[in-house]
Amino acid sequence: MRFSGLRVLREGLTGNKGWSPHWRDPEPKAEYDAIIIGGGGHGLSTAYYLAKKHGMTNIAVLEKGYLGGGNVGRNTTIVRANYGLEGNSQFYSHSLKLWEGLEQDLNYNAMMSQRGVLMLCHSDGQRDAFARRGNMMINQGDDAELLSVEGVRRTLPYLDFENTRFPIYGGLLHRRGGTARHDAVAWGYARGADQRGVDLIQQCEVKGIDIENGIVKGVQTTRGAIRAKKVGVVVAGRSSQVAAMAGMRLPIESHVLQAFVTEGLKPVIDHVVSFGMGHFYISQSDKGGLVFGGDLDFYASYAARGNMPMMEHVMEAGMTLMPMIGKAKVLRSWGGIMDMTPDGSPIIDKTETEGLFVNCGWCYGGFKAVPGSGDAFAHLMATGERHAAAAAFRLDRFRTGVGLMDEEATGSQHNLH
Amino acid sequence: MLARPDLDAGVAVWDDYLHLRDNPAGETQDLWQHEAGCGAWLVVTRDTVSHEISGVKLAADVKRTMGAVS
Amino acid sequence: MRIAGKGLVDRNRRVRFSFDGISYDGFAGDTVASALLANGVTLMGRSFKYHRPRGVLSAGSEEPNALITVGKGAGAEPNVRATQAEIYDGLVAKSQNAWPSLDFDVMAVNDLAAPFLGAGFYYKTFMWPKKFWEAIYEPVIRKAAGLGALSGKANEDAYEKAFAFCDLLVIGAGPAGLMAALVAGRAGADVILADEDCLMGGRLNAESGAVGHQSGAGWAASVVAELAAMENVRLMSRTTVAGAYDGRMYGALERVNQHTSRRSGGAPLECFWRIAAKHSILAAGAIERPVAFQNNDRPGIMTAGAVRAYLNRWGVSPGKRVAVFGNNDDAHRTARDLVKAGVHVVALIDSRAGAVIEGFDGQVFKGAQVCNSGGRKALESITVRVASGEEEALQVDCLAMSGGWNPSVHLTCHMNGRPTWREDLQAFVPTEGAVPDMTVAGACNGVFSTAGCLADGVAAGKAALKALGKWAVEVDVLAAEDAAYRMEPLWAVAGKGRAWLDFQNDVSVKDIKQAAVENFMSVEHMKRYTTQGMATDQGKSSNVAALAILADATGRGIPETGTTTFRPPYVPVAIAAMGAGGQGHGFAPERLTTSHKRSVEMGAPMIEAGLWYRPSYFPKAGEATWRESCDREVGYVRKSVGVCDVSTLGKIDIQGPDAAKLLDFVYTNMFSTLKVGRVRYGLMLREDGHVMDDGTCARLDEQHYVMTTTTAAAGNVMRHLEFVTQCLHPEWQVAFTSVTEQWAQFAIAGPKARELLNGLLDKAIDGESWPFMACGAVSIGGVQGRLFRISFSGEHAYELAVPARYGVALFDALVTRAEALGGGPYGMEALNVLRIEKGFITHAEIEGRATAFDIGMERMISTKKDCVGKVMAARKGLVNQERPQLVGFKPVDADAELSGGAHLFERGADAVRVNHQGHISSVAYSPALERMIGLGFLSRGPERMGEVVRMVDHMRGLDTEVEVCNPVFLDPEGERVRG
Repeated sequence: MRFSGLRVLREGLTGNKGWSPHWRDPEPKAEYDAIIIGGGGHGLSTAYYLAKKHGMTNIAVLEKGYLGGGNVGRNTTIVRANYGLEGNSQFYSHSLKLWEGLEQDLNYNAMMSQRGVLMLCHSDGQRDAFARRGNMMINQGDDAELLSVEGVRRTLPYLDFENTRFPIYGGLLHRRGGTARHDAVAWGYARGADQRGVDLIQQCEVKGIDIENGIVKGVQTTRGAIRAKKVGVVVAGRSSQVAAMAGMRLPIESHVLQAFVTEGLKPVIDHVVSFGMGHFYISQSDKGGLVFGGDLDFYASYAARGNMPMMEHVMEAGMTLMPMIGKAKVLRSWGGIMDMTPDGSPIIDKTETEGLFVNCGWCYGGFKAVPGSGDAFAHLMATGERHAAAAAFRLDRFRTGVGLMDEEATGSQHNLH
Repeated sequence: MLARPDLDAGVAVWDDYLHLRDNPAGETQDLWQHEAGCGAWLVVTRDTVSHEISGVKLAADVKRTMGAVS
Repeated sequence: MRIAGKGLVDRNRRVRFSFDGISYDGFAGDTVASALLANGVTLMGRSFKYHRPRGVLSAGSEEPNALITVGKGAGAEPNVRATQAEIYDGLVAKSQNAWPSLDFDVMAVNDLAAPFLGAGFYYKTFMWPKKFWEAIYEPVIRKAAGLGALSGKANEDAYEKAFAFCDLLVIGAGPAGLMAALVAGRAGADVILADEDCLMGGRLNAESGAVGHQSGAGWAASVVAELAAMENVRLMSRTTVAGAYDGRMYGALERVNQHTSRRSGGAPLECFWRIAAKHSILAAGAIERPVAFQNNDRPGIMTAGAVRAYLNRWGVSPGKRVAVFGNNDDAHRTARDLVKAGVHVVALIDSRAGAVIEGFDGQVFKGAQVCNSGGRKALESITVRVASGEEEALQVDCLAMSGGWNPSVHLTCHMNGRPTWREDLQAFVPTEGAVPDMTVAGACNGVFSTAGCLADGVAAGKAALKALGKWAVEVDVLAAEDAAYRMEPLWAVAGKGRAWLDFQNDVSVKDIKQAAVENFMSVEHMKRYTTQGMATDQGKSSNVAALAILADATGRGIPETGTTTFRPPYVPVAIAAMGAGGQGHGFAPERLTTSHKRSVEMGAPMIEAGLWYRPSYFPKAGEATWRESCDREVGYVRKSVGVCDVSTLGKIDIQGPDAAKLLDFVYTNMFSTLKVGRVRYGLMLREDGHVMDDGTCARLDEQHYVMTTTTAAAGNVMRHLEFVTQCLHPEWQVAFTSVTEQWAQFAIAGPKARELLNGLLDKAIDGESWPFMACGAVSIGGVQGRLFRISFSGEHAYELAVPARYGVALFDALVTRAEALGGGPYGMEALNVLRIEKGFITHAEIEGRATAFDIGMERMISTKKDCVGKVMAARKGLVNQERPQLVGFKPVDADAELSGGAHLFERGADAVRVNHQGHISSVAYSPALERMIGLGFLSRGPERMGEVVRMVDHMRGLDTEVEVCNPVFLDPEGERVRG
């Protein structure tokens, strides 16, 4: 069924009895043309684009829990294309274009809100680094403006310009960046894929990957064995466990990232704002809660929860940057499992096993990549060739040193990106 | 982590040492440093799912028991 | 209405406060909720989506309806629970989410549109026209969202953070918690007893039952008194333990002065505690469940336990004609207490056909349910449906409802634990071992009678003592009521209209069923789709009921349907509390050099360099711009002598027989060959082959070196050295320590540098005794110092170090002498110009992505030895000629501006990413060359000397041509430095 305002009106007038499931609950078949392991944002978007752009509908998404129950359901919802390095620049630019028009494409209100992303800088050197990034963005065909401190003050008058520990020198404004409703994105892709015939199989955990003579044959799951000639692994923080089923070790370390939301408040922050001298970034959801986060806790973890020191550091950063949020009360804190790579940039690539593909390493920046990653991974799985926008996301770049994309410039340490 | 490969071990070994990980959901060993205190590096045995710590040793002691050092 | 002779409030102390501009009187000990009820006010808020009139539902922190804003101006705090806000003279409270007033709220029109605003409606619409979402729909939705508003002003209140340590943390001071604390306290353990309330005692203060020969409240007070007298027990009231964390750590929020008007003079408003407890006991009690029926949300409808609390603790009856409706025996107590207090109880309605009702003579309905209510802004009537199906209306102004009790398991879920379903209680209880070293006791463990809680508290206290290795002392358990918990589940009353589950987010039984129809069948999906449990109460009053209805709608049992998990904080905690100390300058330490004060006195603007402050330039009278000062200071160094405080650079003192081995290993070049009394420039790589840092290292003696690092990388390098010597080569005999702060160090640079020094040093130096790159001990007025002949400016220069306590004296002496020689102090701006003119790099160049190859130093990687980063630096991707490499840039047009961060393209090429060939990393105006110059990275740069390329900086609006040149702009042979 098509969603629309008219539909809501009609249903409302007739007792809301006409709504139907957003997706089916099919039993897994014995064989598919392709299997996608992982029913998160990237897995669901991959399925959608495989069906829509490549006509592959005899495919299944296998999700061990419920759809969108991982990082896509617990992130800080930021969408942006303000990366500074070759390889990342063209990818996020491509992904952002897919975001623009996503609602219409999916017929689901993902609530994409291009309210602007402002990264603050606090020294001349940092300003130059931001200029370098902004120039890359313009050269890529996206938007960027370098604001002076006066410009920042006009845009965000509630920042502390007088007493803060690290004075604000200016900021890099990316107007086409913003936020989107994370659950809606996952559900929209799920529904879109399901409508095109893709089987979404929940409560189905992959326990083994069948490989013969270097060729993938299928998977073993808690709901039985399923054959397929193409298998895509897109399970974020669990990548190492699933890859191990194929005898692979990945350059991935799983870390915890905390995020927080406050009680709902009337609108007070209209942009996405990030602090340049401490780990803190914030926006306000359409439900009114301030959604914010900071850095990793810095140790490998699958617990999806963090500890007090980093939580306190994030709060302290918030207070030095915008002391007007002091009386906002944190309602809930949670964590995700971030698949960290040595350079902080992702991997979308084939593997040494024919028919086995891997999509991982999104660190803590995977949400904005949901459309682009799905599009690129679908292209790779369907054609065997890397998508032009994601050609740099090679698995072998760490071994060769060719095409490293170290945005944070901290080197081959997984926990520093 | 403490077994730094030799100079001539080859790029594959070095790639494995620097980049590849078992990354277990369960017991693991990692290196922690008492940075705000004595600066000691520690080999910590802990569970990445529950965060329970089951063992701590000075990294220097562990390295010493790893056999002859070049 | 206030009931004479009841309550624990202090009737001798009147308190006046205001709510929505109207003044009310209450007593000390009242909350805003109890005082308003005493004044006959039941309308206290409006719900989130439909703006339905709401009154208070509970008497505790779980309150979903009565959320108010307290305070004015910068001190205004939104979303305060009226049930927790203790009144004080002058307290100003306002309702929220209603316009123009609570009584007449325009947005209540939403309620009429309810059929269109059901669960998830916004996902199905607002997509057309495309531009309307951001232009119209979203702004409207955002304005309607949220309940309270921030003032928008910077916080002015004081918040604090603190640590506390104990053997045993008892969370909750009800009957179970008090007994546990008593047992442990008497045994001599270090105990912290924390309770959310201002008055310890938990539900004992809300019930009329006795403990021993005292009232429950009286007994609680006597136990508190005994505990207060124990030195090993710390009582923390108004303190909510909000989170359980690894390492036996707990986060707790203490509302230190929220109940007073004290705001200035340093009195903290709140304190966020980090409590380290070897063991803990969770005695957090239980929260009562409402019953879902059509219109179960009118002001005047509240939980039965809350009615008892208002009556017994605050001496208030929330109504004059009260009905009681429940599915359990506990609700009967409300009827009995009210009757005893002289309040008219219209009826007691029990949904169980076989209910046994004792001690109540009024009208009783068994096997009956309340199926509707009437009265828009205040309850006026309820409809009772009896077993036969007939319905009868009763005139009531207050309905006390009870769907049973939910143990407060929340903290046990903070570490990924999931609670266990108890079929007999129709509720979840904590799962054993969910939090390490935490014992659960009392109602939060499913023990609901007072006697049961007292005994359970003793058992928990003893278990804790055993775990702590302490001996328990016997404790008397006094007699108290020991009624069995008799209850039959009633999640929702059948009916057509909306029966509310999540009061704040306006989620009804219909919405849950709708979610199931649309295949949001997991409890997580249901929650996210309907927003049930996502309001400020985090579903405390609705989670279990919603789960039960979802289970029913999907044909599963409750345990099979699962449960959502709970996460910290248990109650919302202000960002200012958890971030206490971070506001303003408290966020990070300030590191000051010994010349800091002097620099400030000289008018130098101080700029941040990491955590340090360094002078930007030293303005002289008459100079209008920083550039004038900078040019002058550059002139000092080029023509006479300049003085600069370089103490912030890392200094690491390294000693031992294997010191040279360490240096050979961490640097790419050789240091074991460095002669005593000499300094060498060193390059340090990360193990991945990229540059970590550069600096100089001086050999003061056979086994004694001093390494310098850049200011920014000092910490990293120190960590690196510790890693190498402990994790890779513990067999090396070497010791090192950071001496950055122990030595004050100054650069003395310029043609007259030696002249200046020879006026200061006890023993004169010359070119032979102190050639370029020499180092050693010197004496200044008897003070032992170190002198290094190194230069970051390309001029004849030294760095002189003295113990930090002599720093400012030395700075004064240097500056005086420099000025006498026609020079003076120089700051960061001039330092930057000087080093760019000489092609010296900083972290603007080695920003973490540069290799030795990129900066033209691949030959510094010695082929004779191993070093950190050697193998990976040779990866083919890191030595590719196409990589941008370090070169210098001069503008073709002498007046053109260059900028750091600008990108480089071939002349005539479009400024697009695919044509990108490099970037400019550092720029400066060079007085010597009378134009701007820059350093940067260009693909195959060293092969392209003399080529003109295009520099584009969209951010600064620059598009100009630059010539590729030698990055060493002045004196490329280095003659001046060796003079």
